[in-house]
This record gives sequence, structure tokens and C-alpha cells, in this order.
Amino acid sequence: MSTQTSTATRMTIAKALNAGMRAAMERDPKVVLMGEDVGKLGGVFRITEGLQKDFGEDRVIDTPLAEAGIMGAAVGMALRGYRPVVEIQFDGFVYPAFDQIVSQVAKMHNRSLGALKVPMVIRIPYGGGIGAVEHHSESNESYFAHTAGLRVVTCSSTEDAYWMMQQAIASDDPVVFYEPKRRYHERGVLDLGAQGGALENAPHALDEAVVRVEGSDVTVLTYGPMVKVAHAAAQAAELEDGPSIEVIDLRSLSPLDTEVIEESVKKTGRCIALSEAQTFASITSELAAYVQEHCFYHLEAPVLRVGGYNIPYPPSRHEEVFLPDLDRVLHAVETLLAY
Amino acid sequence: MSDDDVAPQGAPVSTGGHEPPERDITDGGPDMVQFLAADGSRVEVTPTTEPYAAYLEEIDHEELRGFLRDLILVRRVDSEGFALQRQGELGLWPSLLGQEAAQVGAGRAMRPQDYAFPGYREHGVAWCKGVPPENLLGMFRGVNHGGWDSNANNFHLYTIVIGNQMLHAVGYAMGVSRDGDVGTGDAERDTAVMAFTGDGGTAQGDFNESLVFAAVTNAPVVFYVQNNHWAISEPNDRQFTIPPYRRADGFGFPGIRVDGNDVLASYAVTRHALDRARAGQGPTLIEAFTYRMGAHTTSDDPTKYRISAEVDAWKAKDPIDRMTAYLRAEGAIDDAWIEQIDAEADELATRIRRACQTMPDPPHEEMFAHVYAEPHRLIEREAAAFADYQSGFED
Repeated sequence: MSTQTSTATRMTIAKALNAGMRAAMERDPKVVLMGEDVGKLGGVFRITEGLQKDFGEDRVIDTPLAEAGIMGAAVGMALRGYRPVVEIQFDGFVYPAFDQIVSQVAKMHNRSLGALKVPMVIRIPYGGGIGAVEHHSESNESYFAHTAGLRVVTCSSTEDAYWMMQQAIASDDPVVFYEPKRRYHERGVLDLGAQGGALENAPHALDEAVVRVEGSDVTVLTYGPMVKVAHAAAQAAELEDGPSIEVIDLRSLSPLDTEVIEESVKKTGRCIALSEAQTFASITSELAAYVQEHCFYHLEAPVLRVGGYNIPYPPSRHEEVFLPDLDRVLHAVETLLAY
Repeated sequence: MSDDDVAPQGAPVSTGGHEPPERDITDGGPDMVQFLAADGSRVEVTPTTEPYAAYLEEIDHEELRGFLRDLILVRRVDSEGFALQRQGELGLWPSLLGQEAAQVGAGRAMRPQDYAFPGYREHGVAWCKGVPPENLLGMFRGVNHGGWDSNANNFHLYTIVIGNQMLHAVGYAMGVSRDGDVGTGDAERDTAVMAFTGDGGTAQGDFNESLVFAAVTNAPVVFYVQNNHWAISEPNDRQFTIPPYRRADGFGFPGIRVDGNDVLASYAVTRHALDRARAGQGPTLIEAFTYRMGAHTTSDDPTKYRISAEVDAWKAKDPIDRMTAYLRAEGAIDDAWIEQIDAEADELATRIRRACQTMPDPPHEEMFAHVYAEPHRLIEREAAAFADYQSGFED
């Protein structure tokens, strides 16, 4: 067994997020966690488990049940020189804090002509597929990607969970960090051997898109919980000697890594924008618009969007058909190839 | 259930036995702390007001003149802002006319290390914190969204969305606590934070959440509500049915109503609250009972929504007339002193006017300059495209 494998650990995305926050807190005493139930309970998903025990109540702050309050207080903490990492308990609970996020968090740096920084991370467990009740399964990333001043990122793997969390905390910009909650307990490999744990050695920059599967016929642009679905579609197509699908994990939704997107689409000539979110006026809309604007002469077919239907997130008994799955992706691939 | 239990159709909705009180127009009531009556005479100190009165004992004539000077100059800053708007130099101006004492009292009570989080009408607090008045004009002229360095004078940027800043103040105060800058006994180090809003702001969720956060974290913050009786066209009985200072009780910390047209009372009460906060004894809510004599901003017309008798009643309570009468009676000022301050006000007005008229428009490419602290691909691409497009017009 080589020394390299001995530094690799298999861990869940949940544990990797926890480890990422822990590393950031050890590195910088100004990093504080804030949110409902993040302390003793470790969050309803246990993402902050054990951190209050090790860093104390002054750094892992159990807050009142008031989302605007958490967000506004975090702005003030950031103005005082802290780096708050704020947990919104579920996607659908971010709306009470919406005003603070879009009116204050996003704009503080701009309206101070660069004099003030609010280096905070807003953690939002998002997406469906866990059989939850209303307001617990939303994909509302488009609202925040639409707002200048915010960075919006999401992870899909253990490695990204660990590194991206630290990069988001180290960023001088406010970062909305979407955590794919139905992937929390999926395991992947985290190997600190080559990187030695130092943040500057992270395998990718925070705003870099990554080609997860190489292919030549169709590009699937996706992120977060849908990366696994796209991956499965690519594998299924390959097994059946079908079309060759390239899967791009965007990772950053604001900014988009347009170079990687263009390079892939110009190669394949066909593109699917895949997400759980409702497609109308969404990230997938933006992807479709961008690709037709910048890759027009390379396209063999229109860009297709595959996403949630444009309805409120349905009761969980409908999830199976609401959420895009392998078959819907492959159906879109067939549609593209028929042009 | 008997038929008697069923309310007949069309019956008035129950108020639970609590009828809204008569609207409290000009009388602050018996709980209001006041040291200068409307005619400028000193109000007798009572056991209730004694802790605040103690702060006035150490003030000499020189300092008292400083209070009046601030009131007069701040009013001049405001009237110049109003005039500049009317002459088309500013797009908007929110006047503080009538609220000078509430703001100068609070502002002078703050120490340099204390941090202020204003709404957008706190020109008097800005003045006391040392922010040059001309710096306030940029956002109203449309050249920036603030334009002063918040940390230079510990005076945060104006906040337009009502109530947002109350939470920023509490969060900042939570940071102060974590830095250990409360309760050390070191007057240079112990720090408090002031959060300013109006009576309209008390209706906002953010205001109420800020009270919750301050209470449970024992934050070194002083909430300063200037109850100026109007939220644009809505009288304050559309914002609350009990006065704001009484709300503090429900959140578990002291609430005080002070005569906001009495600069001495505003100063003393704020000093007391700031001292508590700096000593680690937690938040206080101060309601400065005052009146907005002008329009909400230059965009509205108060004659459409309020009666002149109300305005006249408040004219008789003018904060500058009151302090002037007091200091004259004390022999602390004379006509020559007033003339000298008026001349100083004229010079200040000229300076502000010139600064406003010569304020350069920002280069358009600056729009893209401070959207993010770190490079962002979309902004870079758009900035480059904008520059390219603009360069096509150069000749």
C-alpha cells in the first residue's frame, strides 16, 4: 500500500463540510458560526456537530429563531472584523432574511466604494429528494445568483465540500453556499496527502467549473445534487454504446466559469442545462442564453433545459417525477441528437 | 354553547378590552425626562431624573455654548441641503428640522470609539461624530451611495431600507463584546454602539429582531428611536399603540422616554445608557420624543396629511430657541456670541454649497469597480465590454 492512499479518507459530504469549517476556525480566530441549533445540537443535519464543544459558545453561536436577525447581526459582526458563517436551517426559510441578504449583505462593499467588506458565508441546505414537508426542499439559488455582490456556490463531492467551504470562508466577498442535502450522507474520498491541508493547495479555485466526465456528443451543464444524476446518465449511455456525454460540474453559479462551458459546448455542439430548480428565469435559463449567445455557430441543436416543473415544490409523493432523473436526461439527449 | 356566545353579524371586532390611547401629539407625559422646559427654564430634578441630571453637573458654560453652536450649525447644514435640492443640485434631501436636539444630545454623548449606525436623517449625529457635512451630499446628489469612510469616524453609512441598520448595530456590538471591549473600566477602551431609527422603524421586523438579539446577547447597544410623529404621511398611531420606550420592558431591558427637543435631557439620558452599555450592563432603548417640522423628504408635501395647528404647537417647543433662552438667562451667551455663530453658519453654508456644486461626477467605469472585493468574471467581462463600447464614441 502506498503512502498516498494512507492519507486518503472516505467520508461523507456532511463530515467534509464539518471538517472544512473546523479547519477554517483553527486557521482564523475571527471565524464564527451562527444559526439556529448550530451549537449543542450541531444543526438539524449535524453539519456543525462538535464545533461548539471545541470552540466555545462565543464562536459557535446559538441564535434566536429569527432569520433576518441572524443575517443582520452577522453583517454587523463582519463590519467589526469577524467572519461569520451563517446557517439557514432549510432552503425555504431563507426568505425572512432575503431583504438583509440582497439589500445589505450584497451591497455593503459597493455602497462604501470598497471601504467596507462583509466576508460572510451563508450556508443553505437545499434541494429535494428527502421526503420532507413544505418549505424544506427548495432550490432558490437563482434569486441570489441574480443579485450582484453575492457569490453563489455549491458542492457535489466530499473533496469540494471540504475545500470549497474553506475557500468560501476565506473569501472577502459574501458567499451563499448551497449544500445538497440529499447528498449529505454520500461518501467520497478526501485526500489531504498531496495538498498537505493548506488552503492555497486546494485542487480547484472556488469559481472554477470542473469536467467530471469527458464526452464528445452532448454537454450536460449541472451542479450540486444533479451532478450525480448526470454522471449516472453518462454511464448508462456509455454502457449501451450510446452517445458520449460530457458532464460539467459548475460548482460556482455566480460567477459562472464561462471558459469551461464554451470549450465543452464548442466541442460537443449540443448542450443540456440540468438542475432541480424550476426552469423559468433560472440558472438553467442563464446557461441556455449564454450558450446560444456565445456558441451559436457551434450548435447542432437548441440548448435544452431539464429541471423542476414551474410549480411550487410539490408534496413529497410527487418528488419522484418532479425531480429530473436519469431517464429525463437521456430523453433530452435523444431529443438533441434527433436534430 | 348558548346563543349569547355567538356574535351577531356585523358586530365590531373585539379589541380584547384594550382601546388604543388617544394620540399623543405634543405632550410627552409624566415619564418623559426633561431638564429644559419649552421656555428655556430649568425643570426641577426629581428622584427619577436625578441619575441623568448628574451628567449635567459637570458641564460648564463653555460646553453648554458648544451644544448651542452644534444645534445652530446643524440646522444650517440642513437648511442648506434643502435649498440645494430646491435648486436642482441634489435629487433628494431628508430634513432633520426640529430634531436637532435629539441628535446633538445623542451625538455629543458618544465617545470617539463608540460606533453609530444611522438611518438617513442623522445629519446631526454625523456632525457630532466629525463627519464633514459635505460628505453627506454625495448620495443625495447621485454620485455615490454614501461616500464617507465609516471607520474614519465610527459613523456607518446611511441605511435607506428602514430598520436594517438596527441589526447591524447589534451584530457590531456582539463583536465588541467578543473583543473584550466592555466592562474593562478603561474609558478609552470600553465601547458602545448606537442604533438610530424613527417611529416608523419601530414597526419593522428587523427592529424587533434587533431588540431580541440585543437582549439575549446582552449587547452593548443603545437603541435611539426618534419619535418624530410621522412616517411619511402616516401618523405614529399607525406604527404603535404604546409608546416605543415601553416596548423595551417586553424585551427585558430599560426603556426611557426623553424630551427630544431638550438637548440637555437627550445628552444626559444617552450618556447614562452608553455608560451602562460600556460597563457591560446591556442594551437600553431611548425614545426621543420630538417632531419632524418639515416634510419627510423634499419629495412629499406635509400639508396634504397634517394640520398646521400641530406644527404650530411644536414650533413653540423649538430646541434652539429653548437652549438660547436658557443660556441667555444664565448669562452664558450674548448678542455678540449669537452674531459670531451666525457668521460661522454662513461660512459653513458657503463651504457646503461650493463642495456640492463642484463635486465631480464619477467616471462611469467606476460602476464596475466595487461590486466584489475579489475578481468576478462576469463583472470583468461587462466592464471590458462597456469600455469597448464607450470608446467607440470618443471622436
